[in-house]
Amino acid sequence: MHRLAWALADGHVVAKRNIIKIVRVPEVLVFVLISPIMFVLLFAYVFGDSIPIPGVDYREFLMAGIFTQTVIFGATFTGAGIAEDMQKGIIDRFRSLPMSRSAVLVGRTASDIVYNLLSIAIMALTGLLVGWRIRGSWLDAVGGFVLLLVFAYAFSWIMAYVGLVVPSVEVINNASFIVIFPLTFIANTFVPLENLPGPLRTFAEWNPVSAVTLAAREAFGNTSEAFPAPDVWSMRHPVAYALLWVGIILAIFVPLSVRRYRRSGS
Amino acid sequence: MEGTIRASGLVKRYGEVLALDGLDLEVPQGTVLGLLGPNGAGKTTAVRILTTLLQADGGRAEVAGVDVFEDPSAVRERIGVSGQYAAVDEHLTGFENLDMVGRLYRLGRRRARLRARELLDRFDLADAADRPVKTYSGGMRRRLDLAGALVAEPTVLFLDEPTTGLDPRSRLGMWDILRELLSQGTTLLLTTQYLEEADQLADEIVVIDHGRAIARGTADQLKAQVGGERVELVVRVPEQLDAARSVLQTVSLGDVQVTPHAHALSAGVTGGADALMEVLRRLDTAGVGLLDVGLRRPTLDDVFLTLTGQHAEPATGDPQAPDEHTTEVA
Ligand SMILES: Nc1ncnc2c1ncn2[C@@H]1O[C@H](COP(=O)(O)OP(=O)(O)OP(=O)(O)O)[C@@H](O)[C@H]1O
Ligand SMILES: [Mg+2]
Repeated sequence: MHRLAWALADGHVVAKRNIIKIVRVPEVLVFVLISPIMFVLLFAYVFGDSIPIPGVDYREFLMAGIFTQTVIFGATFTGAGIAEDMQKGIIDRFRSLPMSRSAVLVGRTASDIVYNLLSIAIMALTGLLVGWRIRGSWLDAVGGFVLLLVFAYAFSWIMAYVGLVVPSVEVINNASFIVIFPLTFIANTFVPLENLPGPLRTFAEWNPVSAVTLAAREAFGNTSEAFPAPDVWSMRHPVAYALLWVGIILAIFVPLSVRRYRRSGS
Repeated sequence: MEGTIRASGLVKRYGEVLALDGLDLEVPQGTVLGLLGPNGAGKTTAVRILTTLLQADGGRAEVAGVDVFEDPSAVRERIGVSGQYAAVDEHLTGFENLDMVGRLYRLGRRRARLRARELLDRFDLADAADRPVKTYSGGMRRRLDLAGALVAEPTVLFLDEPTTGLDPRSRLGMWDILRELLSQGTTLLLTTQYLEEADQLADEIVVIDHGRAIARGTADQLKAQVGGERVELVVRVPEQLDAARSVLQTVSLGDVQVTPHAHALSAGVTGGADALMEVLRRLDTAGVGLLDVGLRRPTLDDVFLTLTGQHAEPATGDPQAPDEHTTEVA
């Protein structure tokens, strides 16, 4: 078989193992599912009436941002999972087997799609409860969810690399907060770009998080004629811009992580 | 050829520490090499290098006819490894662990399952097969890890301290399992801290310390160097220590060791029980009263003492040493 085929076959075996662990240690799952609910409720009720958006209810505006933020935070689990694996005895078993050298990473990033699927489902339900509605076509909405998952997948490779580099699981959470908070807040996730001051606004307009959020927002029909996207290329073509970033991230972090994994331990 | 382990001049440095300092090993096909050494000797480092888990800083190594540094993935296809710490997943069951290993050895779904059940039966884990490993005892984990090493029926097997931490009964059980394996012609490199274990299982023993081989040979050859068994005795009154020493000197192979505060003496002898009888007769004639006497087989520490003049463990002030018998003999 081809090397890529083996990487996928072995990755599938590792992913299956990770998913068994999700079921055996449900505490982790509970946390994964509660935090998005909390975010939806907090933002919807705390900021709900204080941030006016022309033509759109704030809660509808908010949901795409929460989706994006949550799947990006989901990548932290990838990093933590990898860091934990690297410290446990099982990694020696993996490394002494004639399996694909990328399978541990392929399997981990794949099984974390399951996490993201679950948290998106929970968030969507919570959103519906607080008044969020999909106003566009269902097909577009599915496209929006797929884009969120694809972006999350790419992002989880960044955190997989971080997980290989850090000395312990604890470091992961702190390290990721430093990156993820600015990235998800200096964007159109929770406030319209127009509300941001000059330099932050420019950053936000070119922030891939904004592109993913905007693309999802448009896919869910949570935008309005009265409130057009800024006139920059990234915001005019959010899907293309988001996918461009997906490509860049994967092209850099897949080979980087696999190389790092191969050399780890020696 | 296809089952041989060969290594020459292996060097591994960790900063200042020279973990391996030009280690040479050769294990002919179908034989067992016991790598014997105290904590920090470099046993694990050697095993990890030969099993492709660690990059060496120098030397050459060949396992099952494949150059370890040139083609590590071909080596992985031919070997089984059970490291010093069990490489099993706590949250998976015993069956799931072995099934996963089988899949990753690319046995295919059906064969992986069959093999997993077969090994669980063989290692007496069938009853615990569907329980998460975190509920296993240390001995059960060890057996499961060994089973993991055997999934693909490797021709070359590496076991790093397979019985450390096991109680005597589990240790004997493990030896039985290993003997059965060896009868099938598997080549084995085994590390241990127990001379007796190497004695039981190994065809040849290499004693290492500070990353270097300091002795090699069969168990009998090593024991001959050490002086075979030792007679150990404790005299009833400290005043007779000197008399007892003179008697022991007449049969001892080397110097008689005296531990004054314990009123104890020991001497290397040959001839086993006969030597002990002879010692007792002579002590009786000399009128020396004994509190305790016995024949002890050599330990790793004896090997070390003989080979290096130092104890295997770095000498530390033993806080539990009895201090009530401090009578010194002039
Ligand atoms: N990752 C590491 N970083 C720094 N030093 C190390 C590392 N691994 C091993 N060493 C050092 O290398 C030497 C050999 O260690 P090794 O683990 O091979 O010994 P060992 O014979 O297996 O001992 P033990 O019986 O305790 O398992 C020791 O001095 C150890 O401190
Ligand atoms: Mg060791």
